[in-house]
Amino acid sequence: MLLFLSPWIVGFALFTLYPMVLSFYWSFTRYNMISAPQWIGLDNFKFMFGLGTIDGIHKADPYFWQSVRNTAWIIVVGVPLRIVFAMLTAMLLTRPKRGVHTYRTMFFMPSMAPKVAAALVFVYLLNPTTGPVNQLLNMIPGVTAPLWFYDPSWSRPALVILGLWGIGDAIVIYLAGLLNCPRELYEAIAIEGANAWQRFRNVTLPLITPVIFFTLVMGVIDGFQYFDQAYVAGNVSSGQSVVLGSPQGSLLFYGVWLYTQAFRYFHMGYASAMAWVLFIATMAATAVLLLTSKRWVYYGGGQQ
Amino acid sequence: MLIAVSLAFAVPIIFMLLTALMTDQQALSPKLWPHPFVWSNFITVFKSVDLARYTWNTFLYAGLTTVGVVVSCVPVAYAFSRMRWRGRGLVFVLVLSTLMLPVQVTTVPLYVVWARYLPAWTGINFIGTLKPLIIPSFFGDAFSIFLLRQFFMTIPDELCDSVRVDGGGDWQILWRVVIPLSKPAIAAIALFQFIWSWNDFYGPLVYLGENPSAQTLSLALANFRGMHHVQWNLTMAATLIFMIPVVVIFFLAQRVFIEGVTLTGVKG
Repeated sequence: MLLFLSPWIVGFALFTLYPMVLSFYWSFTRYNMISAPQWIGLDNFKFMFGLGTIDGIHKADPYFWQSVRNTAWIIVVGVPLRIVFAMLTAMLLTRPKRGVHTYRTMFFMPSMAPKVAAALVFVYLLNPTTGPVNQLLNMIPGVTAPLWFYDPSWSRPALVILGLWGIGDAIVIYLAGLLNCPRELYEAIAIEGANAWQRFRNVTLPLITPVIFFTLVMGVIDGFQYFDQAYVAGNVSSGQSVVLGSPQGSLLFYGVWLYTQAFRYFHMGYASAMAWVLFIATMAATAVLLLTSKRWVYYGGGQQ
Repeated sequence: MLIAVSLAFAVPIIFMLLTALMTDQQALSPKLWPHPFVWSNFITVFKSVDLARYTWNTFLYAGLTTVGVVVSCVPVAYAFSRMRWRGRGLVFVLVLSTLMLPVQVTTVPLYVVWARYLPAWTGINFIGTLKPLIIPSFFGDAFSIFLLRQFFMTIPDELCDSVRVDGGGDWQILWRVVIPLSKPAIAAIALFQFIWSWNDFYGPLVYLGENPSAQTLSLALANFRGMHHVQWNLTMAATLIFMIPVVVIFFLAQRVFIEGVTLTGVKG
């Protein structure tokens, strides 16, 4: 038994537990990889939340709360939109008798595309002057096409659109959930004279709450670590690799700021503290969702 | 309606293809249709950057991590599904809980380990090489262990018992019964891992950043625009080359993917 388990035991010890212990310890230190970690108590956390100072230079991390707000925005706006769009598209897919496979392929494939590639394509598509999207928008009279990745108030919406392009995996999960709904229930409620909305509200929606819950939890966990698309879109549209989170910090997400602290400034102590705050926030959010799930997630018969 | 939605999903790919075939000026003009078609962009892009090397690096990373994950996760998943031992459920919860751990919690200290601790101890340089990305894959991956275990659980006990009656141990059961019956699940984790590594950006960004000759395609592409300021035609051509293996694998093994996503989604 131990022999079979050994790859995981060794891997867990070396690549999970040991680094976790290290970063937990470093989160209370100042550590720049050159000199040994120096114990500074809770200073990293105070500096992070704006309650204290490190070295007496800055009162607080000037970008921490901005990165928290940006990350909250992308989760609160992005995750529900993904869920609604994936569910609606999957519902459309339950209707046709033919061609389901072709459609499913078309929807699913973009979700397999590398995030770096997706970000590059959307920076091109949404280019304010030469991109096809704005050329189309400019043809409509009275419409001022947004500057997308060049405008701090449109850069995050642009990322949400990019994210919607990749919801194919969620569509497939919703489709499987919808096809699992027992026919008898629809027939029973149809006899009672229910309209389409009542059928959705009283049969479909309760039956797919487990799927909604799963995509919600995964969406929130991924949202906390949002990085690739923001990093690439910010870099490529600004044309420089030093300006992170451009334009004007609107794409400075928690993950981007943590990366900058760790691998640009080599503030390993502070980055460890940020990583642990991220971990605790992820666990707290997941716990809250799990607790509320008892009220609205329906695990009835027919589900595994 | 459905046709309109599916077209919206196809539009980015179509524009990518069209732009990849344009001249540099056309890509920046309002024209949507390439004239003339510049097929040579796909050759030019290999000359202007070392795309062949990046492709090879990406292939090494994806291929070796796939081998690593399959070799390490099959026996682990067997221990979690076909063997009885005290605390199995609890340890399995531990495996699953690592899925929730943000990568940064381990990446920050692991970077220091690969950059400082290990070189000081072994004298080998790890930063700027693919080693820190490949080695951990040989020590199990929570998602793959989970997916394989779900599949192994469905194998009937009688088949395993028949091997035991013949005097075979766990290794025989694994070789003669479990692996032959689980080919679809093993294929699924292999393909998921291959595509995951092929697409991975964070790992290469952290570990390869300073060595251009070790870069993978994702990393090279993210820097591509910086070097070639507005050459969208070449950027799109390179992006297409980057996506081709993903698309090919997807079409060859579509069912494996969709069943894999459904299995983890609905049962998770």
